[in-house]
Parts: sequence; structure tokens; C-alpha cells
Amino acid sequence: MILLRALLTRLATTVVTLFGAAVIVFFVIRVVPGNPIAMMLPPGATDEDIARLSAHYGLDRSIPEQFAIWFAGVLHGDFGASISLRQPVMPLVLGRLPATLELAIFALVLAVMIGGAAALTGTRLRNTRTEAAIDIANGVGLSVPDFLWALVLILLFGILVPVFHISGRISPSADLPFVTQFYVFESILRLRFDLWWDLLQHMFMPALALAIPLAAIIGQLLKQSLKETMHLDYVVLARTKGYAENKVIVSEALPNAVLPTLTLIGVQFTFLIGGTVIIERLFSYEGLGNMAIDAVINRDLPLIQGIVLVFALLFTVVNLVVDMTYALLNPRLRHA
Amino acid sequence: MSAFLEIDTLSAVLHGSSQRLLRSVRLTVDRGEVRGLVGESGAGKSMIGKAVLGILPAAVRIVEGIIRLDGHDILAMPASERRRVIGATAALIPQDPLTALNPSRRIGPQITNRLVDILGWSKAAAKTRALELLDEVHIDAPERVMASYPHELSGGMRQRVLIASAFAANPKLVIADEPTTALDVTVQKQILKLIREMQARHDTAMLFVTHDLGVVSKVCQKLTVLYAGKVVEDTAVAAFFEAPQHPYSKALLAATPKYTDPFASLLPVHESVIASANAEITAADQEWRHGR
Repeated sequence: MILLRALLTRLATTVVTLFGAAVIVFFVIRVVPGNPIAMMLPPGATDEDIARLSAHYGLDRSIPEQFAIWFAGVLHGDFGASISLRQPVMPLVLGRLPATLELAIFALVLAVMIGGAAALTGTRLRNTRTEAAIDIANGVGLSVPDFLWALVLILLFGILVPVFHISGRISPSADLPFVTQFYVFESILRLRFDLWWDLLQHMFMPALALAIPLAAIIGQLLKQSLKETMHLDYVVLARTKGYAENKVIVSEALPNAVLPTLTLIGVQFTFLIGGTVIIERLFSYEGLGNMAIDAVINRDLPLIQGIVLVFALLFTVVNLVVDMTYALLNPRLRHA
Repeated sequence: MSAFLEIDTLSAVLHGSSQRLLRSVRLTVDRGEVRGLVGESGAGKSMIGKAVLGILPAAVRIVEGIIRLDGHDILAMPASERRRVIGATAALIPQDPLTALNPSRRIGPQITNRLVDILGWSKAAAKTRALELLDEVHIDAPERVMASYPHELSGGMRQRVLIASAFAANPKLVIADEPTTALDVTVQKQILKLIREMQARHDTAMLFVTHDLGVVSKVCQKLTVLYAGKVVEDTAVAAFFEAPQHPYSKALLAATPKYTDPFASLLPVHESVIASANAEITAADQEWRHGR
């Protein structure tokens, strides 16, 4: 009951957030320099041509007027048509979204695995050289941003020692039986593990680039919380019961120490999704981010609006999921 | 072999220092006997309990001595075996019931986990045992408490749960580390009574760490007085209250406020007593270094 009410409140705030995002992006991309019409016409087009095309896309009206027309369409589920691709916006965006989601989730899984392993190892071997080495690795991981990691990975494993794929989402020669865009997911359902493996190999480098900074943050914060938790009375009491150190860390300390890290992952995961824009470009990965950059270059106003709205929706959903998980793990919040 | 717990010439130092925190401590606890361990803060009374349970902080190192628990020389054992022996024979009633229960886990598994994971009981048997114990510590709705989270219980209730948990595995030794210090005065009395009751029912050896001589007179039969990590008096409780032997013990007893005379001003331990006790410590340290 309480959970339902919380959910409804969140839903209402989500609507407000999305509306705000829509307003801001709509006005900002019309105020900044650059004109989609100029990008479409060949050099030497007459003023008359320009005026006619502007009128065709409704760009000759005032910005508030344009917004009213666009927003009325959105309420009916019509997000307009892409100017550069001449197709309805929503099918285009939804066609690319799964690729980005799969990449972001794979990156998140990698980050949690690497960061978690670093934190647990550092806690088990606390105050040793191994812990110091983990601290240094975390520091390096944190201080280099994801797109630089991408360049490093491309140079190291794409060019110097070419062991990983650094371009595209799947081998071009692959025969695709997929009906959805969730290739990784669908390849498992279809038991096509050859394709699944090919997808993962392509995703590994971009996902790792996205994952390294997040893994470093997780490793650092989780280790800190774990080390503090290890001194608490209930952890010490578990030791007197005869539990081995590993078991004490994993089953007594971890469930409590993980809470701050979980909140942080929620915040950082939205940054990671933001990071996919440049990373997808660097690895020629056909996702939403890559499409976003093309849309901006072409000043494709309707497409930019559609992409930004979908990203905004994604962020709010991620935050909602994190809050739910938090309530599930922390019994003290369930009654609040 | 008479005593259940035997500590002999136990010395511990802070890592990287030669200053001793425990100074050749010697004490025994017999089966069914409650031994009080008193001293001022920092005298090392909790540290002795921690040494027995194998939970000394990493910075504290034992440099000599023997701890014999139920005949096992636990300091000479490999760590994994020591953990098992301690888990199977000894239990702790912790000081602060508010922090000694895992906040993210229900009470039930916190009582039964040692029985199931360490001692290999079946889940059903462990649950029956836990319900029995909760009944013994006078908790009215044991089923409901088992399903509760710690934050749903009061401090007194939590301490009852921890006492039940400590006695659940039929320990032969229970170490109570100032178990009433963190509680409300009105609850203190009940908990004290409960601990004594449980100790008598299970005929457990008990090491009762406290700074309160009033508590000692109610619960303990034997008493060890600690000053700066050194045993200054080891005697029967009745004898102690009649005629303490060591000057520090005498001063400690005199410093205890008396309910019979609430207007009397509190007596500090006299400086000369502290000075002579410190001189004794210095002499003991010199002799110890010489002996090594």
C-alpha cells in the first residue's frame, strides 16, 4: 500500500521531469547557432527555396508556437519526423535504444564485478601490500575518464595486440535471425551462442572503457564501507561464533556495507549511460549515442528531441529501480 | 584439569611497542562458577575476554602465555581450528545490544546461525532450540520476535535476544562484557537477574567483565581485580568485600558509592595508592624484561 503510493508519487514526478527536459532541450537547440535547413540544401539555394523548406518543417513560426505544435503531437504519440533521415522519430530511436541498453548493462555488470572483487580482496587483505596496490589501481581508474580509456584500449588491444574487436556491434558477415533489437538477449533465447559470443566480443572493449571509472569508484567506496563495518559489534560477534573471515565479510559485513555503494551506482550509472554517446562513436557501435551525435551534426531537431526524451526517461527509470532495490535490501526503510 | 578456563602468564603488547597492555595475567574460571573481572577503564578487562574469544584487534599481539579452554591450548592451534573450538565451547554477551545485532537480518537466523553453520544442526532443530531459549529469557511472543528485525525491538529486548543467542549452543563458558552498561537503569536489574538465572540453569562457567563492584557482589563468586593489565587481587567475592588485600582494591571498594548513605561525597582513589600501584607495575615490568 505504502509502496504503491510511493510508486505513484514517483510516477508523477517523472512526468514533471520529462516535461522539463522536453522544454529545455526544445528551446536550447533552437537558440544555439546552426540551421537544419542550411544542412539540407545544396550550396547556391535561393532564399525562396530556404523559405519554402522552412515552412515545410514549420520552422518559420515562433519557437513557442513550434513547441505547442510539437508537444500536441507528443501527447498523441507522434514525435515528428527526422529531418535528415526522413522517417518518424520514435521508431528510429526505439530501434537504437536496445543496443545502447545492452552496452550500458554489460558495462555495469563488468564494473560491479571488477569493483566488487577489488573491494572484497582489499578488505580480506587489509593493511597489506595487496590493499595498497588496489588503492593505486583505483586511483588510476578514477582519474582517467571513460573516453580516454577507450582510446587506450583501442591502441592496446585493437592495434598493438589486436585481440579484441574494436568496431561495430556484431561481425558484418553474421547472418542475423533477430526480430528484436535486443541481440544479446535474443541470441540467448534462440540458443545461438555463436552469435551471443560474437556480440560479447564486440561489446567487451567499449563496455570495459565505460566500466573502468565506475569499477574504481565502486571498489574504493565499497572497500571503505566494508572496512568500517568489519569493526562493528555484530561482525565481531559473528567471529566469536566460529565463522571464517571470508564468510564474515561476505555474509555479515557485505549486506550492510553495500547500501551506500548501491546509491552511488545508481547515480553513476546515469553518467555511464551519458558516456555511451562518445564511446559508441569511438567504437562505431550502432546505438542511440552514435545516432545522437549524427543528429546534432545534422541539426536534426526532432530527432535530438526524441533522443533526449528517451535518455531522460531512462535516467528516471534507473533511479526508480535503485530506490526500490535499496528499500528491498534495507529493512529499516521498508516501514518508513 | 580442574578449571574450565585457565589463563596463565598472559602478556600482550601494542604492535610496534614494548609497553605491555596485559601483564602476565593469571586467572581461572571453574565449571559453574562466575568470576568477576573488575578494573578501571583501560585496565585491560575487556581485552582478556577478547583474547579468550580470539577477537583481539589486529594491533594487539600476545607475546607470552597460555589460554586453555576446556583443555585446548587455543593459542597453539591453527587459526581455523581455534575458531571452531571457540565457536563450539564459548559465547559472548556483548556490551551494547544496539550494535551487536546485524541490522539487515531477522532475529531468528541470528540466533540459529551458529547452530546450523558451525555446529551442523538441522534448521528445524535449531529453530526449536531458539524458541526454547527465547522462552527461557522471558520473551512473550518468541515466534514474532524471531521474525522481527533488530530495529523493531527495544534495547532490553535485544539484550535478551543476545543472551538467548549466547546460551543457544550450550556453551561451557560465557563471557559477559559489561552486559548492562548500555542499558537503562530500570532494565539493568532485570537483565542482571536474567544472566544469573541463565548461568545457574545451564551451569555455565562465566567471566563477568564489569567496572561495577555492586554488580560483582550480586552475580559473582570469585573476583579478579585488574590494574594496568596486572592482576592485583584474586579472591572469593565474600572475602573481598570483608577485607580486600591489595591497597588498590581497598581504595576501589572505598570509592564505590553507597546507597545507604546517598549524601556522602564520592571518594577518589588516593594519589598515594595510585603511585604505589604504578611503582609495583614498573617493578614487575623490569623483572619481566630481565626474565626474557
